[in-house]
Amino acid sequence: MSGAIAERTARGASAAVAAPLRPAPLTIRGLRKRYGDNEVVAGVDLELRAGECFTLLGPNGAGKTTTLRCALGLAAPSAGVLTLCGLPVPARAREARRRVGIVPQQDTLDPDFTCAENLMVYGRYFGLPEAVIAARIPGLLAFAGLEGKRDARIQTLSGGMKRRLTLARALVNEPELLVLDEPTTGLDPQARHLIWDRLKQLIRGGTTVLLTTHFMDEAERLADRLAILDAGRMLTEGSPREVIAAHIEPQVVEVYGDWNGGGADGWAAAHAAPLARRFEVSGETAFCYVEQAAPLLAHLAGQSGLRYLHRPANLEDVFLKLTGRELRD
Amino acid sequence: MNGPTFASPWRAPRLSLRFVPVWRRNFLVWRKLALPSVLGNLADPLIYLFGLGFGIGMLVPEVAGVPYITFLAAGMVCYSTMNSASFEVLYSGFSRMHVQKTWEAIMNTPIDLDDVVFAELVWAASKALLSGTAILLVVVLFGLVDTRYALWVLPLVFLIGLTFAALGLIVTALAPSYDFFMYYFTLFVTPMTLLSGVFFPIEQLPPALRAVTDLLPLTHAVQLARPLLMGQVPAAVPSHLAVLAGYGMAAFWLALALTRRRLLK
Repeated sequence: MSGAIAERTARGASAAVAAPLRPAPLTIRGLRKRYGDNEVVAGVDLELRAGECFTLLGPNGAGKTTTLRCALGLAAPSAGVLTLCGLPVPARAREARRRVGIVPQQDTLDPDFTCAENLMVYGRYFGLPEAVIAARIPGLLAFAGLEGKRDARIQTLSGGMKRRLTLARALVNEPELLVLDEPTTGLDPQARHLIWDRLKQLIRGGTTVLLTTHFMDEAERLADRLAILDAGRMLTEGSPREVIAAHIEPQVVEVYGDWNGGGADGWAAAHAAPLARRFEVSGETAFCYVEQAAPLLAHLAGQSGLRYLHRPANLEDVFLKLTGRELRD
Repeated sequence: MNGPTFASPWRAPRLSLRFVPVWRRNFLVWRKLALPSVLGNLADPLIYLFGLGFGIGMLVPEVAGVPYITFLAAGMVCYSTMNSASFEVLYSGFSRMHVQKTWEAIMNTPIDLDDVVFAELVWAASKALLSGTAILLVVVLFGLVDTRYALWVLPLVFLIGLTFAALGLIVTALAPSYDFFMYYFTLFVTPMTLLSGVFFPIEQLPPALRAVTDLLPLTHAVQLARPLLMGQVPAAVPSHLAVLAGYGMAAFWLALALTRRRLLK
């Protein structure tokens, strides 16, 4: 995974060089959104760079979808200045959406149509001539791995196929900016990897991608830059590496098992403080965050009954540190 | 000034030809199911027409100077148009808005909610026109009506479709689930059908009910359709048309405002 990050960072740098040539596909300044007394977005600022993949990461209810809806002109911001593809939102959002492809969180394909009909009907919403759409359909179906499903009804498709068709549908207008709201939620690993491959292909081709997710691995794999959002606020922003380096110690040792007739929590209370820069106990496991793991590992080797897992820190550690370990509903 | 102000949900409808691809989407779905759909739409009014027309027609020799079944034919054209438009915006419209999220998909493209709701209105009226035309064809083929002005019924049927589609869209905008539509039919559509001269002349209603009758849009539809199908030029055409159009426009505006409030939160 760190290899993937290195590759992305290198590409991100070249995207940054090219950035002045193309205006920002989306800028959001001071976005706030209230429903009654409930402020679900409480001051979000972000600027997408042309050609990058930007990921909004956050637990359920963090305000990710609301932020997207405001950015696309589908919800009224309570405050803030938004620009989509150079046009003010919501005032000219409709025109701006000509150049945007959207993959919604829930499946919105037309169940009465075949795959090809779904693409044709959707392309017409953009005012594209039928000949142009018809010429694009084979390529879109191939991109989605659905060449053989041209005339298949939507009900006969698997969840992964539907997602891929939804992605292909969002590309019918050849968008500059592709917005995806939790594109792989509910998919099996094979289907997720295929979606990621396709997204990487698009990013390589110069499409700017904005996606929301609560999967850390998705963000680490795809994002040039990411922001962690919780309770409507942006807690941090940067490349996955920067975010990890800025917020958390590089090494993590997870300690669990039996200790002195109790669990790892007892061990942590007695020994973790001098050995780890920071530690947290969650349930039966102690998470120790360290710069150097060697002294801690040497100590653990002498504790029979305790088991441990030593690994590099990842986004999930940052995420849990910043957003807490309580359940979100 | 701290940010953009989103216009009120009551702002004027912003209509454009962008409704056309949305209308075509609904038409394409309908085309796949056309035969059962047409037969389904025809069966109910034809059962009423022939069942009541012959059954009651044997007891009642003539109504308003014509056989009862001829009297009933115009009522059935209006009734079937109203039902067809209402069912489309209520049940099918609710599916597209709430269950299948078709509207959401459309609004992700350069098409606004105003265009989507307008497309629903025109589509439902188009479907009502098909139903109305089908039943008109049947009553013409059976020689139940005078054909002199019968073609004038077609634009009227489209207008009736628009009016009742607009009224139904208000209910769709407010509906939490399909069950809600039962109230609309039992509390509004069915009583209105009985009070609008579909089955019997409104002249025989007590004066208190007549006052209500004149307020109902279906009454005005029937008052135009019945003379046309009896070979007569209807009286007070502009005022009947104005009532239907007025109901349609006011209802569309209200429905759009309620739908904006529901979806553009």
